[in-house]
Amino acid sequence: MTDSTPHSSETPASGPAVGQDEWVARHAERRLIRGGPLAPMEERLRAVPWWVWLTLFVGVMCLLPAVTASGYVRRVGFDTVLYMMLALGLNVVVGWGGLLDLGYVAFYGLGAYSYALLDSDQFHVHLPAYVAIPVVVVIGAIAGFLLGLPSRRLHGDYLAIVTLFFLQLFQTIATNGDSIFGHNVTGGAFGIFTVKPLHAFGHNLVVQHQGVFAVSYYFVALGFFALIYVALRFVNLSRTGRAWRSLREDPLAAEAMGMPVNALKLMSFAFGAAIAALTGTIFASLSASVLPLTFYFVLLITIYTMVILGGSGSMRGVVLGALVIGPLLELLRDPNKSRIIFYVALIGGLVFAFRRSRRLGIVVAATLAFGFACRAIAGALHHSWIAGSADGGLQHVVSYWLIIPKHLAGWIPPVSYVGVICVALVLTLVHGRLRLVLLPPTLYLAAFVWDNVMLTQPDPARYIVLGLILIALMIIRPNGLLGERRVEIV
Amino acid sequence: MAEKRLEIKGVSLNFGGLAVVADLDIDVNEGEIVSVIGPNGAGKTTLFNLITGIYRPDAGDIVLDGKSLVGLQPHQISQRGVSRTFQTLRLFLNMSVIENVMAAAYGNTHAGVLRSMLRTPGMRREEREIREFASQRLAFFGERLMGYRWDQPAYSLSYANRRRLEIARATATKPTLLLLDEPAAGMNPVETHEIAELIGRLRDEGGYTILVIEHDMHVVEGISDRVVALDHGVKIAEGTFDEVATNSRVIEAYLGTKAAATK
Repeated sequence: MTDSTPHSSETPASGPAVGQDEWVARHAERRLIRGGPLAPMEERLRAVPWWVWLTLFVGVMCLLPAVTASGYVRRVGFDTVLYMMLALGLNVVVGWGGLLDLGYVAFYGLGAYSYALLDSDQFHVHLPAYVAIPVVVVIGAIAGFLLGLPSRRLHGDYLAIVTLFFLQLFQTIATNGDSIFGHNVTGGAFGIFTVKPLHAFGHNLVVQHQGVFAVSYYFVALGFFALIYVALRFVNLSRTGRAWRSLREDPLAAEAMGMPVNALKLMSFAFGAAIAALTGTIFASLSASVLPLTFYFVLLITIYTMVILGGSGSMRGVVLGALVIGPLLELLRDPNKSRIIFYVALIGGLVFAFRRSRRLGIVVAATLAFGFACRAIAGALHHSWIAGSADGGLQHVVSYWLIIPKHLAGWIPPVSYVGVICVALVLTLVHGRLRLVLLPPTLYLAAFVWDNVMLTQPDPARYIVLGLILIALMIIRPNGLLGERRVEIV
Repeated sequence: MAEKRLEIKGVSLNFGGLAVVADLDIDVNEGEIVSVIGPNGAGKTTLFNLITGIYRPDAGDIVLDGKSLVGLQPHQISQRGVSRTFQTLRLFLNMSVIENVMAAAYGNTHAGVLRSMLRTPGMRREEREIREFASQRLAFFGERLMGYRWDQPAYSLSYANRRRLEIARATATKPTLLLLDEPAAGMNPVETHEIAELIGRLRDEGGYTILVIEHDMHVVEGISDRVVALDHGVKIAEGTFDEVATNSRVIEAYLGTKAAATK
């Protein structure tokens, strides 16, 4: 109540008594408009129309090739744009339709495979881009529609299971598709590796320029992204978009208010699938090959993380989610950057948890002291225990504090790994001073595991980071970074 | 004799062995306000669910303006001109106040997805009309819903206003028959009085025929042209409020028999 006093003092005390409704309205309005010195700026930023933001965003993204000549970075940028498109498509089904579709990446794969069959040496079909892309989009939409047909009466976890089966079905067909009635259709586990780049009117859109990722694909992807974004925004603010969101909020009420819920579900499925298929086309034409395992759980989880992180239902949100997660997963491949991310996240988490209290200082000091002590003891036991630091940079700095053995005995990784999980679990059970006492050793153990165990295996480590992000998000901002505040319907 | 809008003819519904509604006959005339009363579990809400197509009757027929509604999907029945509110509020809470009403215009509008994506002039005109129409629906409630910014999410509304918004949404499907399921539930005496007035205005100004379930006997007395009393899925009384209120079977249903009371 204390923070509302300055506002309430604005209304004259002699005015009419404020009724409950009016009070609620005013309160909600106050919440919408932030006070403080940044308020006028925020108000002005809010007034900027959406298409200006979109143009700015795409414009800045276009600058990426000008900033860096690295083919790797450009390729990461390209992948991120694809992620943004996939996240936008999934947002239609999950964020607006409220349908938990776990078969989503199958449509991405279907698009990629369809394009591969329409423009490769597999059947010696070579369709130009302006034919192949619409055909693939239609195939995707039809597939989404067909999957929707048996699923339209299901919701929640039932729908999730059925769609998950569809993903598995797609996998099975793609993997065993090298002998469908004696014909090699999908190339089996090795996939199709003769996919041609996009071409139209006799021109090929080259994939590589002098052995480096050709930036033209980046622009093609950005163009499609902008197109999808605009189209989806328009649909969202139309009667169809409203009906989708009504269906998410309350299917029974939507049906009773004259919205054909089943048809809308099918439309939502088809829409998401078409966008995924379109993205698959661009992916396949760039990669020049399609493999079954590209379109599997790892990708599914990644895209879901993006949508949830950004705020399911918010287009800006899911784009932001893709923009954060895509490059983050790449950065985590590199041990040194991974290390920086870890320590930044650790310190950020501590600051967030303790704010600017004295306990923050105590915990940080205790962790540092604990580390120096442990390292001193380990060094005294045997020199090789602390002689493991090979990389320069942050690891060198950290190695004055952290035990980094030269040779990691076989039992250390599993024991320390299980240990850190156990200690973290204990930490959630204890409270008060005991938790404060346990925290420094836990942090130290986590740093030890991260530096010695996880960084040697970047791949699982990346997905553990994704999991941790989601856990943190659930606690801090359950509605996602840019998601609207949500209320659950009881 | 006024024209019959809704005829419920010998409708029965069983859940397993339990007869929830048994051989029910109710007529609702054009421009009439009919109240349905009865103790909890009498089958009142089930009756609404039958009319709106959420349940399908095991026997009998439900006829609106001379055409049967049985077998139609709920959204088709909505497009025939039947709209309803829910006893347990079912708003689209995470959508804005005005979007709640705009969404209900779905059945009366036509712009397809493709036209929406391209934002054709026709689609934009329709969109303006929907917004205008929704504002009118909300404005019907006068100052009560005016205090809010209509782009605020529906969950920011107070309980009473959620009920009002539900009625506004129900009228946005352009119904001829409005089914109100306990519109005054959970409201204070002042608000209850307002709701009673509002229901009268809905009929007089909006031209709706209204079937209303209500527990508050003051509301029922104030608004009803006719009252139908249900108990255990059977119609036990029908007539003016005074006739029904003094009916011995109604009193028995609400208060129990004398024998049970003295036991």
